[in-house]
Amino acid sequence: MTYRRRASPLHAARASVACLWCAALALAAVISWHPLVLAAVLLAALLAAAAAGVGREVGRFTLLIGLPIAVLFTVINPLISREGLTVVARLGGVWPVPEFEVTAEAIAYGAVTGLRAMAIIACCALYFSAVDPDRVLRLFRRFGFRSALTATLATRLVGVLAADARRLADGQRCRPGSPASRLALVRAVTAGALDRAGDVAAALEVRGYGGAAAPARARVAWSRHDVAFALSAAAIAALAIGAQAAGVAGFDAYPRVELHGGLGAGAIAASLVAAGLAPFADRRGIAR
Amino acid sequence: MSLLRLQRVSYRYPGAERPSLRDVDLEIGDGEFVVLCGLSAWGKSTLLRAACGLVPHFHGGRFDGRLVVGGLDTREHGPSDIAAVAGTLFQDPETQTVMGSVRSEIAFGLENRGWSAAAVARGVEEAALALGIAPLLDRSTSELSGGELQRVALAAALAGRPRLVLLDEPTSQLDPVAGDELVWLLRRLNEEWGTAIVLAEHRLERCLPAADRVVALVDGAVACDAPPAAFLEWAMANEPSLATPAARMFSLAGLSPLPPGVKAARTALRARGIEVSAPTAPAADAPTERRGRISARWVGTHAPTPSRRRGRDAALRFERVWFERRGGRAVLRGIDLALAPGERVALMGRNGAGKSTLLRHANGLLQPTRGKVGAAGRVALLLQHPGDVLVADRVDGELDRATLQRVGLDHLAERHPRDLSGGERQRLALAIVTSGEDTPAAVCLDEPTRGMDRLHKTHLAETLRGYADDGIAVLVATHDPEFAVQFADRVVLMGEGELIADGDPHDVLAGGWYFATETARVCGALTPEEGAALITERARR
Repeated sequence: MTYRRRASPLHAARASVACLWCAALALAAVISWHPLVLAAVLLAALLAAAAAGVGREVGRFTLLIGLPIAVLFTVINPLISREGLTVVARLGGVWPVPEFEVTAEAIAYGAVTGLRAMAIIACCALYFSAVDPDRVLRLFRRFGFRSALTATLATRLVGVLAADARRLADGQRCRPGSPASRLALVRAVTAGALDRAGDVAAALEVRGYGGAAAPARARVAWSRHDVAFALSAAAIAALAIGAQAAGVAGFDAYPRVELHGGLGAGAIAASLVAAGLAPFADRRGIAR
Repeated sequence: MSLLRLQRVSYRYPGAERPSLRDVDLEIGDGEFVVLCGLSAWGKSTLLRAACGLVPHFHGGRFDGRLVVGGLDTREHGPSDIAAVAGTLFQDPETQTVMGSVRSEIAFGLENRGWSAAAVARGVEEAALALGIAPLLDRSTSELSGGELQRVALAAALAGRPRLVLLDEPTSQLDPVAGDELVWLLRRLNEEWGTAIVLAEHRLERCLPAADRVVALVDGAVACDAPPAAFLEWAMANEPSLATPAARMFSLAGLSPLPPGVKAARTALRARGIEVSAPTAPAADAPTERRGRISARWVGTHAPTPSRRRGRDAALRFERVWFERRGGRAVLRGIDLALAPGERVALMGRNGAGKSTLLRHANGLLQPTRGKVGAAGRVALLLQHPGDVLVADRVDGELDRATLQRVGLDHLAERHPRDLSGGERQRLALAIVTSGEDTPAAVCLDEPTRGMDRLHKTHLAETLRGYADDGIAVLVATHDPEFAVQFADRVVLMGEGELIADGDPHDVLAGGWYFATETARVCGALTPEEGAALITERARR
């Protein structure tokens, strides 16, 4: 999952605003428990990714990482939770597993938690695909340059080390006879990673990193996309927080499943999707 | 005015038995273009690392003497201070890239110096324009080819308008076209901006025409510091492996002064009334033209007969092999190629032509999407990074003593494989992939001469000839025409996933601009020996 420059309103927005927008979307998923609202956040993230030209990447990541986690929550929670009134199955009872009851409420709670995890993962995937990490580094370097750079390099080195690992695997396939032991491979990978780290550190030194001066602040006028995504982020946050505060989109799993808000929750969910996608309608000045 | 001054500089890496630099006295002035040469491990990289402050600040070790760069004494100033005066470019562009986009990559060094946003933007723009990479500015660094990445790294080194640029074998990973372009780009920066260049390089024939001075290091000490022509005289007398092919040709023909490049060689020959025709396209009786391309079938007198190549007894055979990436381009397009037992084949072509992909099909690392690959036995493949094959803590953990003795590495048995020199590591890796109970039917090597000096190339060529003498087919992907001529009896040229020429080295490498040896570009003869004979014969007429 790496950043790719695309001609899209989200890519065209400044890093601070794009970050804020993704964070607002994730915030809606974090503070809300209503499945309709969570589904709306997931839908908004996936549609926004498609509108930003990274739909395939974000969709694949959400399916590969988010879906197994969601399934895991749905399966595990009923096995460990002892709450809920609607028993749908009795399992166990064979030594050493004691008998326990699986409740519909526990399944629902697990599924909603899984849905929430998927929505948050989709927001994170959208952030990694559509927000330029170099601009984010520039944003945070004012507060802690070395920490920000370390984080950026660590992210970049993941890809480099993954490529090294693929090369090493190919190298091992070229050796005749029985394969090398896992321990030997781990040692070789570690030594290779340390070599890489040394090379990168040397490159940083000769590029003046050791004596890095305080970066100069640049004032850049707000673009139409900056304004649109900032307003969108504010609307998403207001809707999520407001709905939570007003109890419009609540959800209780135990003792019985209860969805609060009725049509209000549907309206909040629809508004979230609309607010999230509105900035993508204006596609002027997005190419670079 | 002196920009870089070394006074009796000696340096020993931590834990090293011998010093890497010994009493080096050297002075480089503003606007000079200096080529640094010497065999592997003779101190070129160490000298550059000392000049940019990494030695001793980053590497540690014992440093004696005084080194001043742009008025900054490296005993008091570290690499980050020196970065304001000297830009540095290492061999591997992959490890020099620290940012995600090209624009940020070039801006990184300027931002570290606290330049204003406007000054950074201007520096980025100018460096990109100077190096012709403006269209790449918004591309991700992970999408770039090796040549593009090297240009970006050079732009990052130049963006701050340093007075001195230090380059450590920057062309070793590039094809001949990109390598020549990079050297001429440096010459243009040197001439137009007055930037002093210090370039460490093994392929001297590529950079001597652009150089003002050549500094030769022998075992860590300066053995020669002279203009190119005088350096070549010194090299022929003292260290012939450092002499360029054209210089060796002149020396064998008894001509002097020795030419630093193709143009100087031709001018010298013309001045003596020796007419050597400029290389031309292959004659009609060599490759046959078919649908605008040079056919893979050859009728040249040196070429093996088609039946020998296409027969069922081939050691390695590619039959209409296609490799198409999912959602991407076709990397190989119907490759038909067969190697007879004992045949030595050089596979050439620019970066991205499909050479490495073809080799990966040879031993099954990749499977063709169409067509098939067959071999008379096991196919040994050594990939570009020999270190990827090595996993043990000691050399004798990789191979038994008898095998080590056979390949001349038994004296290093107790060393860690990563502590071996590049050439030794490659010998060990080659011995590993070719070892085993069954003798391989074919041996394939991918770019084995990257960063290798001429002496080690000669040793490698001998090793490959040894395999061929044992009946093993040898297929080597290389960018180095001189090496191809040294070991191969057949050259296959690839372009865009297709075979565009296939024949005897005399047919394929004598008539080109880029895929040609230096002596071929001078007089059409592939090797210094053939060229000297040709010149002597023409001189008699």
